[in-house]
This record gives sequence, C-alpha cells and structure tokens, in this order.
Amino acid sequence: MAAPSTDLSAALVLAAPAIADWLVVLPVVLMIGVGALLMMVRKSVRLHGTIAISGLVLLVLLDAALLMRVSIQGPVTMVMGRWLPPFGIAFTADLFGSLMALVSAVVALAAGVFALRDIDAAGRRYGFFPFLMLLMAGVSGAFLTGDIFNLYVWFEVLLISSFGLLILGSEPEQIDGALKYAVLNLIGTTLFLIAVGYLYAIFGTLNMADIAGKASGFRETAPLVTLTALFILAFAMKAAAFPVNFWLPASYHTPRIVVSALFGGLLTKVGIYALIRVTVMLFPVEREELSFVVAISAALTMVIGALGALAQNDLRRLVGYVVIVGIGNMLAGVAIGTPAAVSGSILYALHSVVTMTALYLMAGEAARLGGAWTLSALGGLYRRAPGFSAASLALFLAAAGLPPLSGLWPKLVLLKASLDIGAWWLAAAILLSAFIVTMALARVFLLAYWRPRSEPVLEMVPELVTAIDWRIAWPLGCLTALSIFFGLFPETVLDLSQRAAAGLAEPSAYIGSVFPGGAAP
Amino acid sequence: MNTLILRTVAPVLTALMLLFSVFVLLRGHNEPGGGFIGGLIAASALAIYGIAFGVSAVRRAIRFHPMAIAGAGLLLAALSGLISIFAGVPFMTGLWIYPEILGVEVPVATVMSFDIGVYLVVVGAITSIALALEQEETEPAEAIGEQPLVRVKRPRKPAHKPKERG
Repeated sequence: MAAPSTDLSAALVLAAPAIADWLVVLPVVLMIGVGALLMMVRKSVRLHGTIAISGLVLLVLLDAALLMRVSIQGPVTMVMGRWLPPFGIAFTADLFGSLMALVSAVVALAAGVFALRDIDAAGRRYGFFPFLMLLMAGVSGAFLTGDIFNLYVWFEVLLISSFGLLILGSEPEQIDGALKYAVLNLIGTTLFLIAVGYLYAIFGTLNMADIAGKASGFRETAPLVTLTALFILAFAMKAAAFPVNFWLPASYHTPRIVVSALFGGLLTKVGIYALIRVTVMLFPVEREELSFVVAISAALTMVIGALGALAQNDLRRLVGYVVIVGIGNMLAGVAIGTPAAVSGSILYALHSVVTMTALYLMAGEAARLGGAWTLSALGGLYRRAPGFSAASLALFLAAAGLPPLSGLWPKLVLLKASLDIGAWWLAAAILLSAFIVTMALARVFLLAYWRPRSEPVLEMVPELVTAIDWRIAWPLGCLTALSIFFGLFPETVLDLSQRAAAGLAEPSAYIGSVFPGGAAP
Repeated sequence: MNTLILRTVAPVLTALMLLFSVFVLLRGHNEPGGGFIGGLIAASALAIYGIAFGVSAVRRAIRFHPMAIAGAGLLLAALSGLISIFAGVPFMTGLWIYPEILGVEVPVATVMSFDIGVYLVVVGAITSIALALEQEETEPAEAIGEQPLVRVKRPRKPAHKPKERG
C-alpha cells in the first residue's frame, strides 16, 4: 500500500496518547469485556462471583487512578479511532465525571459482594453478574463520555441491563413494576433523543466541549430555552423528580434487594449527572431562565418524597421515597446554579450514591433477620443484632442529614447557597424535608429495632443466624464507614466537589482538553 | 411447518445462507454489507433450521449456547479496540497488517475483527431470541437455563429413519 500523500493532521490525531490517557476508556472496556466473559461462561455459575468481583475491584482501581490523574492534571480526553473532535467521539473525564465514576464503582463492588450471598444459583444462571457488568459499563460510559449522543447510547446500555436486572426472578409483581419502569423510562429516553436531534439541528455538533464553546453564538438566533427545557424534562424523568417520578415508587421495591440498591444508588444519579452536565456546563444562561420552574419542582420533590417516606409501611418503598428526597436536594442545587450550589449538588450526589445503596442493603438485611418487609411485622432487631443496628442508625442519621455523618455537609452547602440568593422558601423546603425524613427513619428505628418482638404474622421464615455473614457485613460495614468518614473529615470531598463545580461553571479546561489547539471552527 | 419439502430443503438452505452470511460479512468492509446484516442472515438460517428440525437440533448443531457466542463476539470487538494500546494510537483506531498468503496480499485489520465480533453478537443474540420463541412447551426451558438440558423424546426424528430398518 502506498503511503497517502494528503495531510493527515487535518483529520486525525497524530500524537500518540499517553498510556495514562487510556484510563478514560478502560473502565468501560473492562466492564464490557468482563461482561462478555461472564456470558461465555454462563453455565459455570461458580466462576461468576470470582470473575465479577475481580473485575469490579479492577474497576475501582482504574477509576481511582483516573480521579488522581484528573485531579492533578485537569480533564483528560481520548478520541475514538483517532478522528479529530468534534467528528470523532470523545471520551472526556473531568473531575465531576471521574468522581461519580469512582463512587459508583465502589458502590457496585459493595453490591457485587452482597450479591454473592443474596443472589442464588438460579439468579446467577439467569445472568445477574453479566447484567451487573453491563450496567456498570453503561454507568461508567455515561460519566466519562464527552459526546452527547454517546451519552444517550450509554443511557440505553444501562437501561437495557436494568430491565434484565429488574425482572430477575420473573415474579408477577416484578413484571408489573418492570413494565411501568420500562414504559416511563423509554418515554424519557425518547425525549432525550428528540432533544439531541434538535440540538444537532441547531449546532451541527454533538461534542459537549464544542457545544459549550458555541452556545453563546446561538443565543440570539436559536430557541435554546426550549431545547434546555426538553433536556430538563428528559433528565428529570430519569432522575425521578416531581412530577415525573411516580415510576420509582412503583418499581423499585419489586426486584431483589441488591438490584434495588444498585438502582437507588446509581441510576437516578446518572440522571442528575446528565442534568448538571447539560444545564450547568452547556446552557447556563438558559438554566437561569428556567431556574424558577426547576426550583419549584425541587421543593415539591423533596417535601412530597419525605411525606411519602413517612406514610410507608414497607421498608423498601420507604427507602425509595428517601431516594426521591435526595433527588429534590440535588435538583435544588441545579436550580440555584451558583458554583457553590452546584458543588452542594455534586457532594449530595456522592453522599447519596453511597448512603442510598447502603440503606437498601440494610433494609434487605433487616428483612432477612426479622422475617418481614413491613414495619408492622418487624421488631426486636436491636436485641438480635446490635452491631447491625448501630450501622443502621448511622445510615439513618446520614440519610436524614444529621451530624456527624456525610449527609450533613451537602445539605449545609445547599442551605447556604439558597439563602445567599434569597431563596428562603427553598431553604425551608430543604429543612422541612430533612425534618420529615428524620421522623420517618426514626419511626423505622423505633418500630423495627427498639420495639420488642411481638408474635407477628411472618411473610417469610426469618433466618436464624448467630453471626452475620461476611458477604453482608463487609459491604454494609464499608459503606457505613465511608459515610461516617466523610462526615467527620469532609475536607477532601468538599474541596474536590468545589473544584468540580468550578470546572463546570468555567469549562475552559474541559474545552481545552478536547481541542488542544483552540476551539473547532 | 413440519413438511417433507421444508425438511428436505432446510439443510441446503441453511448451509447456503450461512455461507452467504460470511460473504456479506467480508464484503461489508468496502461495500454494502457487514457484520450486522451478515449476522442477521446467519440467525435467520439457524431459525429456518429450527423450524424444520426443532430447537434442540439447532442447539446441538451450533454446539455453544447462543448467548456464549454473543459474549465471545462482544469480547472480540472490545479486544479489537484495545489492540491499539500497543500501537500508540487512540482506542478503536483501525490497524492493518498485510501478510502474503500463497502469493496474495491479504489485508487484515482490527476493523475486520471488530466486524466479526459484531457478527457473532448479532448471531448469538438473535438466535437465542428466535430459539426461545420457537421452543415448544413440551421442551425443557433451556433458554432460561433453569435445568440442565434433558432430551425429550420427540415423535418426529427426521432423516434417521432408514437406520432403524437394519
């Protein structure tokens, strides 16, 4: 083959990428590869756990290395197939994306270990671990991609894996929950796709750095507020914000508890991530226009979610409503929109990923010990498992936002940010919802833990365990310890989230990482 | 659909379609075709075989479970992208070698191995759906994988009748 005589530098990236740049794509490739491997050995169920857990450990290490690199050197970009952006699909990791990727990898590892106990051989043969790997491929891809259509693709990947996980077990109520979940999420995804098409029609590019650079030039001529409203609606649906959140309480209590934990921890946060990425980084001016609507939605999400939590009898449903309260808080940060508020949202997202997963796992363990999901039937857990009860109490305090746990700091940052711009009613909603959640979780502790065990009608036979299994103790213990640690020593994450928010508000480093030689024409 | 005509034609048709699917796969590199469409053709070949001879005949014929085939394809596609780490170019960059086989220069590329991966993913995924749909209720629910495959005595075992005579 004769060497081409054309100037390749106009179309291709000619500089060799540093080996460390590969950290941007490796998390996704690793998860796809491990998922594929697990599909190939689907009959050898014994191997699944080992392969999946080693894959997840590697994922945590990769994401940690990526976060270190990004935090030292700024955003990292790699374009697929060496085509120059905006034509090649870019994977760009900034501080926000890599923080979320790391914390979701940690949570997935915890859930994977928990699943060793929770998912039996039938569930494994059905494909729990391959689905988990592909879910993580979708989640990592969504956090690390720098291309908005690619973001849509990763949403699809994680959505399809989540359908599989949701109906693991094929019980009628699971199918019922999955149907509501599937239909409403597909509507949300379709809206997202329409918005992406609209955006492409306006900008002629899908690269997020390119869009961020060009948005100011289109403000006079293009209906960017409509576009942003469409994106906000689509992502609010994904994130389960009021009034488009009724799918979450309808479906999250049906699957296996470890699946609920993954969903409650990760999926809604991917929606919030996309919302922050698009509104704060790409369309800040339009977000300002719509901020009042978002703020009302945030306040209602919080308060109604908290009231829902107070009204529930089923532990899983109750935790589902606590997840929704968290979404309201993160949405409040988006509505306020100042860098401080966005850093509060990011901090809240990090806290929420860990705490909500741990809460679901805790609910599963409580039900296993107590033999029921309902508060009316549970009782006497404190006497039976004091260590577990202490961890539960810590998680309750963290979820309610009481000191000294990790829930306090994001709420504090958000409160201060909302008072700074004079949105006293938003601050009041944050405080009110936190108060109601405290009551709801105190009610759980009172009824399920403190109340002496009566002779209830059991929904299932409680397992008589003397020592808690390590496959349950380690994930729960580590997630709780993480929550306590960042409650006591919040400086690192506070600093990281502030820098991440600053990087979103002023994305010149992000754009510079994609277009090293200046913006695209 | 268990007619004599179909049972006679199906093996030939299946073989031809599988061959054609490989042709479409390889042709797709520079001309219309490719892994996706090739995979669909191969999957329909297996579906026809399944209609004629039953699902377990197909499962025996392809040896591996369709989902395992899909997994292998996905792994191959991912690894094709990863090869570029050794060449110092970004992920998914097409890399070529030109070995001479019997005096003919044969270009081999990671693009092609990626496409073969796509082919396998499509064959595996669509076949496993098709077989699950063709599965009769009397047959074991192998698609879900709940039990190991138990041979079911089928009244129609085609093409082997003559043997019993001797």
